Amino acid sequence: MAHIEATDPNGFKPNQEIFSEILQALAAKDRDIIAVTSDSRGSGKLVPFGKKFPEQIVEVGIAEQNLVGVAAGLAAAGKKVFAVSPACFLTARALEQIKNDVAYSDNPVTVVGISAGVSYGALGSTHHSLHDFAALRCINNITVVVPADNFETAQATALAATTNSPVYLRFGKRVMNSLKEVNDDTFAFGKGRVITEGNDAAIIACGETVYPAVQAAKLLAEQGINVTVVSMHTIKPLDTDLLAKLAAACQAIVTVEEHSVYGGLGEACASYLMQHGLHKPFRIVGIPDEYTVTGSQQDIFNHYHITKEGIAEVVKGLL
Amino acid sequence: MNKQQLEKKSVEYRKKILKYIVKANAGHTGGSLSCTDILNVLYNHALNVSPQTFTSPDRDRYIQSKGHCVEALFVVLADKGFFPEENLETLCQYKSHYIGHPTRKVKGVEQNTGALGHGLPIAVGNAIAAKLDKRDYKVYTLMGDGELPEGSNWEAALTAAHYKLDNLCAIVDKNTLQITAPTAEVCNTDPLDEKWKAFGWAVKEVDGHDVDALKAAFDSLPFEPGKPNVIIAHTVKGKGVSFMENNLKWHHGVPSKDEYALALSELDNSLQQAAI
Repeated sequence: MAHIEATDPNGFKPNQEIFSEILQALAAKDRDIIAVTSDSRGSGKLVPFGKKFPEQIVEVGIAEQNLVGVAAGLAAAGKKVFAVSPACFLTARALEQIKNDVAYSDNPVTVVGISAGVSYGALGSTHHSLHDFAALRCINNITVVVPADNFETAQATALAATTNSPVYLRFGKRVMNSLKEVNDDTFAFGKGRVITEGNDAAIIACGETVYPAVQAAKLLAEQGINVTVVSMHTIKPLDTDLLAKLAAACQAIVTVEEHSVYGGLGEACASYLMQHGLHKPFRIVGIPDEYTVTGSQQDIFNHYHITKEGIAEVVKGLL
Repeated sequence: MNKQQLEKKSVEYRKKILKYIVKANAGHTGGSLSCTDILNVLYNHALNVSPQTFTSPDRDRYIQSKGHCVEALFVVLADKGFFPEENLETLCQYKSHYIGHPTRKVKGVEQNTGALGHGLPIAVGNAIAAKLDKRDYKVYTLMGDGELPEGSNWEAALTAAHYKLDNLCAIVDKNTLQITAPTAEVCNTDPLDEKWKAFGWAVKEVDGHDVDALKAAFDSLPFEPGKPNVIIAHTVKGKGVSFMENNLKWHHGVPSKDEYALALSELDNSLQQAAI
């Protein structure tokens, strides 16, 4: 079975820890940076933030609807607000507040879904967020961003703070290895990040599934199959220019996500490709529409073959 | 404005509310008429906001949580010069910005509302920002009594008390009727004052059609230092038009030509009586 290091021998950290570090750096320079939490500062790694900047953290208790409404009101008064709560509650219970108070009212809140996907795998479906891409993709006026590694997380957090429109950032708990040895990419929302290049197939992944996708590409390369891997960190707006280039250059496309196979990255790509006549063998790897198996995040990835071997098999099946 | 001037304004507002509801053939008639005096006193007495100061960070904020009664808000905003009143001729028409709920596309509207239970949390966020920035503006939100079962209101009520938001004033337009039946039958929220008090709020109850009582309530903010404020305004749904008062039919009923004429004559009569 595939394995992603659970420790950080190279100094890598969970993305939500990087998020907190960057937010502290931003808050030190700008007193308008505000974190709003719903008894979630521990899981959001915001305890040090709260200690250093007690006037820049607003705690609402376990009340996600209120969290987002209050965040919208703070943003309307000029604050640069990060509303931080587990993605499972934030994007379900408070979906109407995200839709109306943030997106529709155009209050520039960064809605931060932590411990996302199946980060809380053993806790069951109540604590899984496998619906959030789908739910947020069809809400107008919110950018949906899922950073893959520490570099993307740092860039996305800093960019969200200066973006004067609603953003959804989604992080998990896993220690994330760097996808590249040298991170000199220009990071922008809506622009996919090419990790490896090859014309036999393209693997388009996001968040914590990019790493196994890169590992799959290595496995395939050993077998003479050269694969482009893209970290499609922005689910909306989708980098359709890149998608069109990949469709033109590659024999097959596989998408990978820690989300339901319905309504997420895969279907977003499929929709664009189909409607633009870019028909290539295509598969979506994600969590199927069933009662999700429980266990650690890695157990669940293994169960649904979101592993280097599983992804490589899907690619080979299309070639 | 004195009592007589404000009362005259209220009659003018009610006539215009009906005019534009009839023109649009849509609107929330009863609730717009129940909150008319509250909006009148807010915009003509209490609120420190004008078209010229609407972008000032120090302006008072008004967020209408009971967004469906937008006709009352639009009529008052037009009167205050936020936009030409003739714009209301397009109410609810194709591509008009003057839709059936408040939107920020209309100058003077602070927040897009319409889904109930949203105004108070946003107002709480605004009020926290004022405290953080050490600005002394106030934040007002108007809620219907029918929307109080929305749980988000009570989440926000807790936060407001926790942060000692005495710069926040919620007004409950307690007209006691909602779309299905009397509020007490749908989901009884009485005793309402005790609920707010239990949540740590300072409460005042007023006759929501007594402009002097409303003025006095707004003038006495904050009611208690360190506590958020709520004014429970006892109102009559459909106020000012006898056949609409306390009648569920007028929740979003649109008057016929004859009913409209009758309503106008009643309102004109009340104006004449007030003048005497």
